[in-house]
Amino acid sequence: MSETLNELGAHIEAKRPDCVLSWAVARGELTVEAPPNAILALVEFLKTNARCNFSSLVDITAVDHPGRAARFDVVYHFLSMYQNHRIRVKCAVREDETIASVTGVHLSAGWFEREVYDMFGILFTGHADLRRLLTDYGFRGHPLRKDFPTTGYTEVRYDEAQKRVVYEPVKLVQEYRQFDFMSPWEGAEYTLPGDDKEAAK
Amino acid sequence: MMDGSKGFEDELTGEQKIRNFNINFGPQHPAAHGVLRMVLELDGEIVERADPHIGLLHRGTEKLMESRTYLQSLPYFDRLDYVCPMNQEHAWCLAIENLTGTEIPRRGSLIRVLFSEIGRILNHILNITTQAMDVGALTPPLWGFEEREKLMVFYERACGARLHANYFRPGGVHLDLPIELIDDIDRWADDYPRVIKDLDGLLTENRIFKQRNADIGIVTEQDILDWGFSGVMVRGSGLAWDLRRAQPYECYDEFEFGIPVGKNGDCYDRYLCRMQEMRESLKIIKQACEKLRAPDGQGDVLARGKLTPPKRGDMKTSMEALIHHFKLYSEGFHVPAGETYAAIEAPKGEFGVYLVSDGSNKPYRAKIRAPGYLHLQAMDHVAGGHQLADVAAIIGTMDVVFGEIDR
Repeated sequence: MSETLNELGAHIEAKRPDCVLSWAVARGELTVEAPPNAILALVEFLKTNARCNFSSLVDITAVDHPGRAARFDVVYHFLSMYQNHRIRVKCAVREDETIASVTGVHLSAGWFEREVYDMFGILFTGHADLRRLLTDYGFRGHPLRKDFPTTGYTEVRYDEAQKRVVYEPVKLVQEYRQFDFMSPWEGAEYTLPGDDKEAAK
Repeated sequence: MMDGSKGFEDELTGEQKIRNFNINFGPQHPAAHGVLRMVLELDGEIVERADPHIGLLHRGTEKLMESRTYLQSLPYFDRLDYVCPMNQEHAWCLAIENLTGTEIPRRGSLIRVLFSEIGRILNHILNITTQAMDVGALTPPLWGFEEREKLMVFYERACGARLHANYFRPGGVHLDLPIELIDDIDRWADDYPRVIKDLDGLLTENRIFKQRNADIGIVTEQDILDWGFSGVMVRGSGLAWDLRRAQPYECYDEFEFGIPVGKNGDCYDRYLCRMQEMRESLKIIKQACEKLRAPDGQGDVLARGKLTPPKRGDMKTSMEALIHHFKLYSEGFHVPAGETYAAIEAPKGEFGVYLVSDGSNKPYRAKIRAPGYLHLQAMDHVAGGHQLADVAAIIGTMDVVFGEIDR
């Protein structure tokens, strides 16, 4: 299985060297890293090339790495029902950068890109209808970014006096519980009680 | 006036202003199968445009999972497609096992196959009967839900919960099945063809049912590729694509079963496919029961190690086992850094999990790929040009459940 994937990876790199930064096969899965400005060309090549024949788009998603210069990884999964193989394409995108929409090649990308925009705030150029998809009407922020709190910023309740649903800032009756399971000698990010005395000396 | 005109201009000008009518289908419409709000633009009774608004059941599962351990994330999968809970758990377990390189024992694998197929029947009963209700038949749900009840009792006897099972665990399944349960499932599988026959008698040659479904919502091979369909939406159009055969996972390769395909790709063919798939699932269930009773099907159901709890008996005598148990259920296990995509053939199509791990005890990012999401996305394409009444039939055979679409 991974031999054919290795051949496939080499084939893609040989045919489109401008679209491939690197490729690797890990755990029987082929991953290709592509520069964001070449994504459209690569996706089109993957679909039309007879050897690849990645006929259907399986998934588009993103991963947030707040520490990196190129903050987001946009991840595409493709499947070929004819060749029976899969591929993953990754694209590192900066926060202020846009990426080309692949809706022209795969119609099914429409909702996936809307969802990625909704959740991460990545803009897709050339998308005909880039509205929010999963969050509430009038929602602000991009929930799957790592700096967005799990509790969110607003909460809703039905107001008996006004006879309608009202939006309010989140009030927590107790602090949101985030347990730290790391033992102190496994790299705790806080100063142990007593250690501060050592530093003061 | 509904169309925005003042209502008296017609008489002055002698001309009628005709404008397309917009209608909100749902979110409380029973045929919307949950909380779907769909804005339909109608020309008379013909659907010109369909714009599904989803997200009314969005719970932020993926965000929640990022702050929970791998084991605590597992129950969220029951709540995705709540019609066949264990199939979802399966994908999550496979993703973790892929990253950690865990081999699961044979008995655990057989039990997973057994309950995946029970889940498939659970799903297909619900889908077939409620779709029939959408097009006007009332008896099928009443008869079908009785069988679902029996299957949920099997769920309960295996794991203690009728719906939110939390039974498949990374490394196998939580508990072994009692031998009586295997016998009862086997006996049920002997009896169930009678119920399929009853449903068959109610629906298959029913004139109204055929009129409402045949030639409605035809899906071509090009549609399948363009819109990324999977599962019955593909097989109903004549493509024998099934991940259990094409990319076998678990121990599906040692089972004998057929993959039914349709011819025309319309709602009626998808109905026929689902009926036949239930019969094929029964074959797998029978074989799984057989294998679970055979001598080589005995043994442990969990791969004992870091991912799984120690045996109860060991905890009474071994300090290390006790510590391991405590650490597993508080801190949880750590998964090596890396990324993987694990897909299973869920009853609705390809259900996948893209898991990114950073080596800690919590998933860095988990993306859930639900089959119904892509099917519903194509609503505008499939339902366009159909009558308003056909929209209900099409939603029904697309098999959408909002737990998994909205996440």
